[in-house]
Amino acid sequence: MKFDTPAATNPIDQLKVVGQPADRIEGPLKATGTAPYAYERHDAAPNAAYGYVVVSTIARGRIRSLDASRARRAPGVLAVITAETAGPLDKGQYNTVRLLGGPEIQHYHQALGVVVAETWEQARAAAALVQVQYQEAPGRYDLAKLKNAAAVAPPGFGGPPDTARGDFDGAFASAPVKLDATYSTPGHAHAMMEPHATVAAWNGDQLTVWTSNQMIDWSRGDLAKTLKIPKEKVRLVSPFIGGGFGGKLWVRAEAVLAALGAKAVNRPVKVALTRPVMFNNTTHRPATIQRVRIGATPDGKITAIGHESWQADQEGGSSDPHVNQTRLLYAGANRMTRTRLAKGDLPEANAMRAPGEASGMMALEIAMDEMAEKLGLDPVDFRIRNDTQVDPEKPHRPFSQRQFVQCLRQGADHFGWSARNPRPGQTRDGRWLVGLGVAAAFRGAPVQTSAARVRLEAGGLLVVETDMTDIGTGSYTIIAQTAAETMGVPLHHVRVRLGDSDFPVSAGSGGQWGAASSTSGVYAACMKLREQVAGKFGFDPGQTAFQDGQVRSGGKAFPLAQAAGLVAEDAIEFGKLGEQQELSTFGAHFVEAAVDPYTAEIRVRRMLSVCAAGRILNPKSARSQVIGAMVMGVGAALMEDLVVDKRRGFFVNHDLAGYEVPVHADIPHQEVIFLDEVDPAASPLKAKGVGELGICGAAAAVANAVYNATGVRVRDYPVTLDKLLAGMPQVA
Amino acid sequence: MTARVSFEVNGQRRDLELDTRTSLLDALREHLKLTGTKKGCDHGQCGACTVIVDGRRINSCLTLAVMHEGAKVTTIEGLGTPEAMHPMQAAFVKHDGYQCGYCTPGQVCSAVAVLEEIRAGVPSHVTPDLGDRPKVTAEELRERMSGNICRCGAYSNIVDAMTEVAGSRA
Ligand code: FES
Ligand code: FES
Repeated sequence: MKFDTPAATNPIDQLKVVGQPADRIEGPLKATGTAPYAYERHDAAPNAAYGYVVVSTIARGRIRSLDASRARRAPGVLAVITAETAGPLDKGQYNTVRLLGGPEIQHYHQALGVVVAETWEQARAAAALVQVQYQEAPGRYDLAKLKNAAAVAPPGFGGPPDTARGDFDGAFASAPVKLDATYSTPGHAHAMMEPHATVAAWNGDQLTVWTSNQMIDWSRGDLAKTLKIPKEKVRLVSPFIGGGFGGKLWVRAEAVLAALGAKAVNRPVKVALTRPVMFNNTTHRPATIQRVRIGATPDGKITAIGHESWQADQEGGSSDPHVNQTRLLYAGANRMTRTRLAKGDLPEANAMRAPGEASGMMALEIAMDEMAEKLGLDPVDFRIRNDTQVDPEKPHRPFSQRQFVQCLRQGADHFGWSARNPRPGQTRDGRWLVGLGVAAAFRGAPVQTSAARVRLEAGGLLVVETDMTDIGTGSYTIIAQTAAETMGVPLHHVRVRLGDSDFPVSAGSGGQWGAASSTSGVYAACMKLREQVAGKFGFDPGQTAFQDGQVRSGGKAFPLAQAAGLVAEDAIEFGKLGEQQELSTFGAHFVEAAVDPYTAEIRVRRMLSVCAAGRILNPKSARSQVIGAMVMGVGAALMEDLVVDKRRGFFVNHDLAGYEVPVHADIPHQEVIFLDEVDPAASPLKAKGVGELGICGAAAAVANAVYNATGVRVRDYPVTLDKLLAGMPQVA
Repeated sequence: MTARVSFEVNGQRRDLELDTRTSLLDALREHLKLTGTKKGCDHGQCGACTVIVDGRRINSCLTLAVMHEGAKVTTIEGLGTPEAMHPMQAAFVKHDGYQCGYCTPGQVCSAVAVLEEIRAGVPSHVTPDLGDRPKVTAEELRERMSGNICRCGAYSNIVDAMTEVAGSRA
């Protein structure tokens, strides 16, 4: 099915199932511990041996010698595989750095090999016996020093490295009110709760991996490419994924090493990355330095807005588009953005939840708060004054839907924003200093081709198969809702099978495109099935209704179950609607923070997010997406920080004790409001995604609330008490 | 080196001969194939491996299996099944107290044990007066649940689920 004209009224608009807050259909499996994650596939590979990954303890250089002889002789050991013994390997298309290092070492904790043994304890003990001598080489680890040598970023998924409209320099120089501020954001770890894990088994030259992966088809291709075997020889299975956030978009070392290990010992092998290795072995959200300049008239009209960002990555890496939102979010005739990428030797940087906007909004939305204060304007009002209904770079291009102002207004009302004291450091609640903060949320609404197969089985059961993944996002449920609505059956008559490369290729889970794309693919397949069913009963498909398990046309009706045996497969292919109009999702975050006046301890007390993101397919799981992203925003604001050892070149705090993420005690009750919206230009379901919208701006709203509470402006994340203490107001 | 150990898991006696280095977590997951209990960190930092041993919740990754001779272990599988869920499991489903589901068994085991701890009068860091019995407040629940990380960020919903279960019990 092609989607190149805005959606008209269609079966989804009945909203009997779609749009309802259904419980997750796989929920009971998760709540009872019976959902099988990758490392747990005793059913598929009952006799698997255990692999333990050996990693580099230097960041850059060469292996002078690697002696695995003691490990090979250790009890239970079946094989030790290193680059020397692995045979020729390629690098995946989506990997920047090779997954198996040696003799050249490209980053700290790069995998050097795997020890395979009968038990995990044996493999771990033997791995400690592998002796590696290194020739260390100097590396580049300090972004602040690399910044000046940074080159123009290669055009990546995020658009051109330089954009300009009007005369930014002139307009900024002559602006009556202006801000020029530089911000920094540290690296972040995905820190999903399920470590990267794979069980691999060969059957002749056919490889099956049960793994934890967001993008089945990409990774099937990349695993094949890495192992230098045809893609058709690889089957990748990933029905349950214990979180990904972008960290599982790619094949990682454990999958390659499990496959190599299984080949070597001629039996299935399972490998999981240990938690302390994950932070440096896998990918992370890169640290940034960002300069934001805003010029405005005294009444708060932006006349010039500029955003520049710097990051570093390994040779061959690409840059996150941190400036993207600044091209679209606010009006202003004169504008510029610039993205610069330096070469560095820390572990590979790559996508993490809302790559680009998540970090970019951390800077831009503090800058907007600072600018509002300079203008003497309320920060909600300042944003509203600079709303635009068209792409500010290409004014002929409207937004398909843009309820940004409504998000701000409704949120301000609901949150009690009018009670905010614009003078910071003035409001007390008992001992605490209290402040309110606001920030915009903005994220694009990309879509990708996505296919599915639907089959009517005996008894009227509808089976949906697609290689789409559910990483906690709710895919199982919204896909079932889509199929149920389109075919006119109750939700419990639908079975959804996901995450298997034997199924039709979907959009996968990334970039907030999963929900809209994958449900559209399922819709397309169901519409094809409807044609077949109508044909079978001799009906005109255009004049046939599918409701309550019945197929009706011209006074005649048949039970849908009578069409058992029919199968349909189709894909949704998106046309140019997203070029003619800007498809985006919007929101506004409101935060109340309290700061202890003596210790500067920060507590988030209330959080509200108002979102406008097209039709919400399932308000319950969509809300969870947003609150989860807000939690991650609190982490980014107050604690998450991959601390770099700038001499040895690695992330020091590489476990869950050192890399702090929010826990229960950090998070208050959270509220989410979805504005009524349908976006016919977005997809047949008139839906967009929300998985990433909620993180965009959330950290800045927290930072702005802390500023309002204390009067101390922190421009280097995370906002920790040591950065507040010196400037804290005198209190009685 | 191996040793024999016997304990009761979910009401069933289990006899194992284990490498003495085997954690209780790996004994459950790899030897008894009870994979409901999750391994998030193996270092006592995340709570995904929480099980209830002799009535108290513990991180099963931080303890060796052979230390539990004669113990009674309750895992997520012992609380309920998809067809017959424990009230806490049902409340997690109803309140969407999860997303990816990987921290969930640990959260559920902790949540069940936390309500027992409050009922038994065990104070926490945020209990205002050690002379009073602790109450089921959101603050108490958040404090006591803070050893169970949910990277998906379902905290707000988990507190709702626990509050409902605590309320219906009182
Ligand atoms: S696995 Fe035991 S606390 Fe993380
Ligand atoms: S549900 Fe994913 S970590 Fe809690």
